[in-house]
Amino acid sequence: MELIPALYIILPLLGAFLIPIVGHFVKGFQKTLSVLITLFLVVYSVWFYVVGYDAPAVTKVGGWEAVKGIPIAIYLVYDGLSAFILLTVNLIAFLSTFYAMGYIKRFTAENNFYALLCLMIAGMNGVVLSGDIFNIYVFLEIAVIASYALVAFGTEKRELEASFKYQVLGGIASLLILFAVGLLYWQTQTLNLADISAILQYEDQSTALIFTEVLLIVGFGLKAAMIPFHAWLPDAHSSAPSPISAMLSGVLIKAVGVYALIRLFFNIFTITYELTLVIIVLGTLSMVIGVLLAIGQWDLKRLLAYHSISQMGYVVIGVGIGMMIIFEDGNRTVAALSIAGGLFHLINHAVFKGLLFLDAGAIEYLAGTRNLKELGGLSRKMPVTSSTSLGASMAISGVPPFNGFFSKLLIIIAAVRAEFYLLAALAVFVNFVTLGSFMKFIRYAFFNLKESGVSLIKLRLPFSMKFSMITMVILCVLMSLMVFPFFREILLNPAVDVLMNTGEYASKIIGS
Amino acid sequence: MNGMTQIVKKVTQLMSGLIFMYGLYIITHGHLTPGGGFAGGAIVAGGFILLILAFGSKVISLRKEETQTSITESAALLIVILLALAGLFLGVHVFFNNYLPQGQVGELISAGVIPIYNIFIGMEVAAALLTIFLALVIYKEEVAS
Repeated sequence: MELIPALYIILPLLGAFLIPIVGHFVKGFQKTLSVLITLFLVVYSVWFYVVGYDAPAVTKVGGWEAVKGIPIAIYLVYDGLSAFILLTVNLIAFLSTFYAMGYIKRFTAENNFYALLCLMIAGMNGVVLSGDIFNIYVFLEIAVIASYALVAFGTEKRELEASFKYQVLGGIASLLILFAVGLLYWQTQTLNLADISAILQYEDQSTALIFTEVLLIVGFGLKAAMIPFHAWLPDAHSSAPSPISAMLSGVLIKAVGVYALIRLFFNIFTITYELTLVIIVLGTLSMVIGVLLAIGQWDLKRLLAYHSISQMGYVVIGVGIGMMIIFEDGNRTVAALSIAGGLFHLINHAVFKGLLFLDAGAIEYLAGTRNLKELGGLSRKMPVTSSTSLGASMAISGVPPFNGFFSKLLIIIAAVRAEFYLLAALAVFVNFVTLGSFMKFIRYAFFNLKESGVSLIKLRLPFSMKFSMITMVILCVLMSLMVFPFFREILLNPAVDVLMNTGEYASKIIGS
Repeated sequence: MNGMTQIVKKVTQLMSGLIFMYGLYIITHGHLTPGGGFAGGAIVAGGFILLILAFGSKVISLRKEETQTSITESAALLIVILLALAGLFLGVHVFFNNYLPQGQVGELISAGVIPIYNIFIGMEVAAALLTIFLALVIYKEEVAS
């Protein structure tokens, strides 16, 4: 197979526009097509990890070559970091879509659901591949507008309210990002990321540039739901249908929020002390406050949504510590360890938080409620759900041998070796609170036997739901292998190298 | 939904043809003059909306029309993607490649595939705007009844 990065965008888009036409006449077409497309993209991503490719693979859309060294085409860049995030996005997309085959039957308008889902996947893949800041904005809008509609898919009062809140805050974020794109274009006369990076390398930090960076942090911070920009997340993620919650929490906030922040601040702008400090502080606030807010929640999906904020804090501090060490010209091994920990936690969080949301969906599917106070004693009635929930809960609370343990360990070791002792202590503390919070979930949902007990509204889970859940819990264990050198070299190191060699992005892409 | 008075109906009959013509002109001259698929499509959709508002229609026929416009919209977008994909398989294997002969600058039939993209984008924008309008009208009628 030849590497064609554009396929990641074309195939889901084709699916999104074929489904409303053909799905109108052929029954079952929408499910089959979206599952096949996402499965193909997972295989495609894995295939290039196995056979390798010339990094970075640059596609110039329309075939326009650079004129006098100035790129004029829209660039699609497939490098180590993009490949890593694309694998995460498409893996979770495939499992969620497969799960949705059984779950979404109770809603009408299945065609719209799958078409919007495909559109959202296309948007996320586009954000990750784009090598052009305006196209990052365009694809981001495609992804989030599809997600607004999907959050409101239940069309009850609560869903509509959540979707409206999400739209207002998302709209503000998009406006800020667009404004920042305009300011960058004014300062550099180009929109190509590599070209911007090459121009900014020789310029001092002007006030306008700092203002642009602040706008970008706020804009993408809103998309990534960092505290204090998190207000929309608990509502939106808990109101969406469960496969969509898994997509939103598992990959959307990463692909359009954290990925964009990492890419811009490592590879495009020069790293400064203030910027790094802001990112580390945002990460720490998210990590600590997110988990404290989660303690008091009794709605299962709301609890999971608050934990998403907290776990994203781990990813951001992992990457932030790396940034600080690169700025101070410190020990590069520690920086690489820290960034690897952050990225490793990113893919781990996608898998176990996706699984937890799918479990919440299964509980809601069978028991008809997701209020922890009304649940209880489900472990006998739902063996698959209870065992997969237990696995995912242990993974998120960092119990060995699950994947969450190793990524948190890497981040904490890196924090200690970089002499961020307070951060390391906070990370350990937050981990214990997370453990407590998930013990509450397991106890109240599965073991707390009540006299009356919960009456199930349905008896069996469809095969597709069970399959996705079991696959993900197996992945939770298997992915711990990524700490070992062989797998780490294949999967994590190419992504870490892209971030460690901050200046190389520009020269490699313009040179190709 | 009821229609409007005789005067409005007559004026609409006279004007709508011109509006369609103008919209099509903007679409087909997208590569030569300001405008293009999006602007022209919006004008064409405006013509349809004017007709529906002036003459009125029953909810059932509006619903039927909404299904049709929504299918048209998806089909037009699908064709745009397939045209772009054709670039991947024809000639130099580049996504969105302009594989047709480009002709003389300033002539109507020139610029390779760009006018074809414009036509289908115009179709999609017209259908999409009409779908949004119909959805709003149908919602209002359902709430009123």
